Formats: sequence, C-alpha cells, structure tokens
Amino acid sequence: MGKTLFEKIWDKHVVKQIEDGPSVVYIDKHFIHEVTSPQAFSGIEKRGAKLFRPQQIVATADHNVPTLHQELPIKDALSKFQVDTLIDNCKKHGVELYGLGHQYQGIVHVIGPELGITQPGMTIVCGDSHTSTHGAFGSIAFGIGTSEVEMVFASQCIMQSKPKVMRINIDGELKNGVVSKDIILYIIAQISASGATGYFVEYAGSAIRALSMEARMTICNMSIEMGARGGMIAPDQTTFDYIKGRLFAPKGADWDRKLAAWKELYTDADAKFDVEINIKAEDIDPMITYGTNPGMGLSVRGTLPTIESFTDATEKQNYEKALAYMGLQAGQTLLGMPVQNVFIGSCTNSRIEDFRLVASIIKGKQKDPNIKTLIVPGSQEVAKQIKAEGLDKIFAEAGVEIRQAGCSACLGMNEDKIPAGEYCISTSNRNFEGRQGAGARTLLASPLTAAAALLTGKITDIRDILN
Amino acid sequence: MQSLQKITSRFIPLRIENVDTDQIIPARFLKATTKDGFGKNLFRDWRYENDDETKPKADFVLNQQQYSGEILVAAKNFGCGSSREHAAWSIQDYGFKVVVSSFFADIFKNNALNNGVLPVTVTDAFLQQIFAQGAEDTLTVDLEAQTITIDATGAQAQFDINSYKKTCMLNGYDDIDYLLNMKPEIEAYEKANQW
Repeated sequence: MGKTLFEKIWDKHVVKQIEDGPSVVYIDKHFIHEVTSPQAFSGIEKRGAKLFRPQQIVATADHNVPTLHQELPIKDALSKFQVDTLIDNCKKHGVELYGLGHQYQGIVHVIGPELGITQPGMTIVCGDSHTSTHGAFGSIAFGIGTSEVEMVFASQCIMQSKPKVMRINIDGELKNGVVSKDIILYIIAQISASGATGYFVEYAGSAIRALSMEARMTICNMSIEMGARGGMIAPDQTTFDYIKGRLFAPKGADWDRKLAAWKELYTDADAKFDVEINIKAEDIDPMITYGTNPGMGLSVRGTLPTIESFTDATEKQNYEKALAYMGLQAGQTLLGMPVQNVFIGSCTNSRIEDFRLVASIIKGKQKDPNIKTLIVPGSQEVAKQIKAEGLDKIFAEAGVEIRQAGCSACLGMNEDKIPAGEYCISTSNRNFEGRQGAGARTLLASPLTAAAALLTGKITDIRDILN
Repeated sequence: MQSLQKITSRFIPLRIENVDTDQIIPARFLKATTKDGFGKNLFRDWRYENDDETKPKADFVLNQQQYSGEILVAAKNFGCGSSREHAAWSIQDYGFKVVVSSFFADIFKNNALNNGVLPVTVTDAFLQQIFAQGAEDTLTVDLEAQTITIDATGAQAQFDINSYKKTCMLNGYDDIDYLLNMKPEIEAYEKANQW
C-alpha cells in the first residue's frame, strides 16, 4: 500500500520507535522566540548539558515586542527582560538571532518561509502552536511546549506519538471575494474547534492547488484551531518557484538534488487516510466568527444559531456563555453591525499579499472615522516590500498607520490591545475570551472583510464593495 | 519531575467545554523567564473581577469554598489553543496532580505529562457521572492500574496511557534524560541521513 505525504516524511525522521511508546523523531529546523524558550535554556543549563545542534536553530523576537519605536528600549520592564534574556541565551549558546532591529526580524512563521529556511520534506518545530504554518511547504511542522523545546535543545529530537492522518479535499473554484482565510474558517466551522484533534491534516484538491504559497500558509496556520497536530500541502511548482532564490534556499547543484527529492513528496494514489473530508469551493462565502472559539463561524450573511438548536445541556450553556461574552443574541445576523477596531496582522495574515489585498480595497478611499486600527506587517521584509510597492502611501491616504513587525494584538502580550467590550474585526487566528485584551470581542475574518469594515465601520460583505 | 502513583482526592468540577490555554493562563503572564509562581494566576480572568484579587467572582468554581482537591474535572477539549506550557505549570503550581476530561488538546496533554500532571481521558457518560457527584465525594486515580473510580458509587473506568509515559510518570523520569542517553544513535542517524 502507498504512503501519505505525512508518512513519507515521518518515517524518514524516526530515529527510534520506543516499544508501546512514542517515536523519537529527528528535527531538521527549530525556531525559537522570547516567550517559550527561557525556561528551556535554563533547564538545559541546570542539567549541565549543551545545545546539541545550535546551528539548526533560528531565533527571533516577536510575541512580546512593541510595534512602534522599536529603535527605542522596550518600556515594559518584564518584556524588556524577556527579550534581553533571549539575546543573552542566543549569544551564550551560539544560536542565530534575528532580534529587534535586525533586517530579518519578524513573526517566526513569517520569516522562516520568506528567508527560505522552511523547505519541503523537513521536520520543523517551534514553541508556538501556529508552527503548522510551515506545513504549506510540504513539511511536518508543529507546535511544542517548553519541555519539548528543551528536548530539541538537548538532542535535536522530540518524543511524539504518531498521529492519525486526515485529508481535506477542497475542489472547485472560489467565489469572488472569497480567499484562503475563508476556506479555513469554513472548514473549522464545519468540523469544530476539536474536530481534527489527534490528526495531522493534508489539504488537497484543485482549490488548494490554485492558491499562492502565502494563501496556503494561512490555511495550514489555522490547522491547530480545529485541534490538528499540524497541516500540510504537497509541494508543487508554486512551492518550488516561491523558494528558489531566497536567502537560505539551496543553490546550484544542491538545488537540483533537493528539487528532485521534493518532487517525490506527494501522497501515493493508493495511500489510506483515517478520515477524508470533501468540500466544494463554491459553497464557501466570506466568513466571520461570532463566538469565543474559531469553530463558531458562519457566512458573513448568515444568522447565529438559535438556543433551541443545541440539545446537549453543556453545549447550550457554553453557547450562552459565548453570546454573553460577545454581547450578541442567538438568531441575529451580523451584517451591518458596527465594529470599533480592525486588526490586520498575525502569523495568519500579515504577509505582502495580505497587504496588497487590503490596499486594493482601500485605495483612494478614507477609513471610517470611528474605526481604530492596528495594522502590523509580519516582518521587516514585509514592511520593506510595502514601501517598495508604494502601498504605504495608499494606507496613509486612507488615514491608516502601518506599524512595525510583531505578533501585536493577536495575543495582546504587548501594549497593542483591544479595549474591553469593543468589537474587533481581526485577521488573526483566535477569538478566545480576552485574547486581544481583557473583555475584547474578536471577530475573525479575512483581510478583505477586514478592509471592508475599515471603510464602512461595520460588518460588511466584501462582495457589496467589489460589485 | 514529580512522580505520581495513586491519588484519592475531592475534585473541582469545571463544566466548561473548549477551555483554551488563554483562559488557563492569560498571555500577559507569559513574560516570566522561570516556571515558578503561575498558580496564583490560573484562570485569572474567570477568577477575579477586573483582575482584582480582592474581588473573586462568586460563580467560578475555584472561588467556591465547598470545592477543593488535587483533581480538576473539565468538559471536553480541555487545553486547546496556544502551546504555552505555562498552562501546565499553572495547573501544577495551583496544586492539581490530575486533570480529567472527555477530550484533551494534543499539545496540552504532552505538556501536562512532561510536568507530572496526569491527563485522564474518560467517556462523556463517565464524565457526567463525575459531575453528578457532590462536593464531598472523592475520586481515586490509580496510575499503575490505569483506573479512575468514583469512590461513592464504586463506578470505575479504565484510561489509556502508553507504557513508556506511564513508567516516566510512576518514577518521575523525564524524556530529556532518555534522549541525552540516545546521543550515539542520534549521531548515527544524522550520518546516515546527510544530504
């Protein structure tokens, strides 16, 4: 029987299978950042051990950095100490750091691909659940905890039980105004926030093949929001074209050799998945979430479920809790509802194509006067490209400020927060209670839907603007 | 890592589904560079009004005096979201040794196991039986036998854990000790897979 893409890469990286236990899996690339690494560094030091393969680690500061005045010392003492600790640890242990002020600094899941570090067939981990992003290149990439970061420091390996495999096929053509963020929000709304727990997901089908690498990254990025260990897409010409010529991409004969190997990375026709789901691209509308987990999403034109539609008592209670937090009513529609904030950024949607999409909508127009914005590029490189293409002028003319690279209001660790009780249309990945600040009400959507709200001050079907 | 063999304790019932790690420990507490002291901020925003420790929310179980114990029982999909191990550290630091749910998010489950907190997965029906018990009732979790018992009724369920992790937990071993001893095998793997 043939193998799935996942199995091909997994099998090649198993150093040892522990009897009735996890596999010891070799890790090719390890990304670290300031928040989930300090205790792993101190752990390894306490053991008197050394980093086993420091040259396979890349560090950046992203979660806890300001997005204005990065040239100045960080004001918050704890944040500064954490970022400084990363600098000290990287220096001490010989780890490459693209820290604040470095031309390659940015959100870890934006810089890995853009620098050509992320490549097909690799195993990639990072102490961050959105590491699944890198799976867009046909790699096995997943988030890990700090104890596991320490494991990789110590041995370049990790203990993992082999997950089951799921394939989600999306075939057909997307409707006008529908982008990759809508695809993944639709999938999660269909299968729930826990629907893929225990699985590694491969996304396939003609609609996926037609997507750019950046759009594929958005999909793989949110795999964790349905509980999946990771998500992946088989590499193809789109992938190879994206990687070629990037800073750390293979060159010359090395490129030819690797390219030949990458072309073998696909699921065999007779491979078996534990679960297979088929979705028609035509069924997907611009999506928005209304609740407090990413599975609580619907078409921007849809109506919220009624209370009576829940039969299970705990589920009903949870739905009511979410509605109370969000200040919404069962059965209502969201279209036309005023919002106060728009956040464009995060490892989900902060790449150059996202900024191009937004710019295409707001060009020559003014933002709604009541909207407050946090517009945050994913990396210094993205920020540079925004300027190179003159997009910064379009944003400035619309009355919108572009900030500096970082995770920002996606998780509200720095000062970029949404005020309590206010709504925020956010291109990020999580709408959990308090995620964007205590009491903040997050509505996840695509960059297009966010751009529409930027102009109108309310939840808008982007198709009403496009048409 | 702390070992765990058998525990009999009252439990705290958290009847909430999809408890994400942002609720377990909000991001603003992730600025620490050590693993200590997270327990006081466990479920911070569900526990206190406006982040004020003098204003506990009466409707939240951790603030209800009738409930106590070293076992947390939660509804399905516990620990979803961020990979932050701070969630496991805060649960452990608060004093929980076992978390029971009908369903755990993968990363949280690993993080818990790596910190000596035992995740026990039971069926929905068994979970409801536990929730139906009174605040005085106890549960017994026996790792060696892989059983969880509602002591008042004698109802018992088996739970899964692979034998490697079970040995680690029973003895307080951690994976890093194991991996450090595997260096020659890892180096051999690297040599064989260079390209």
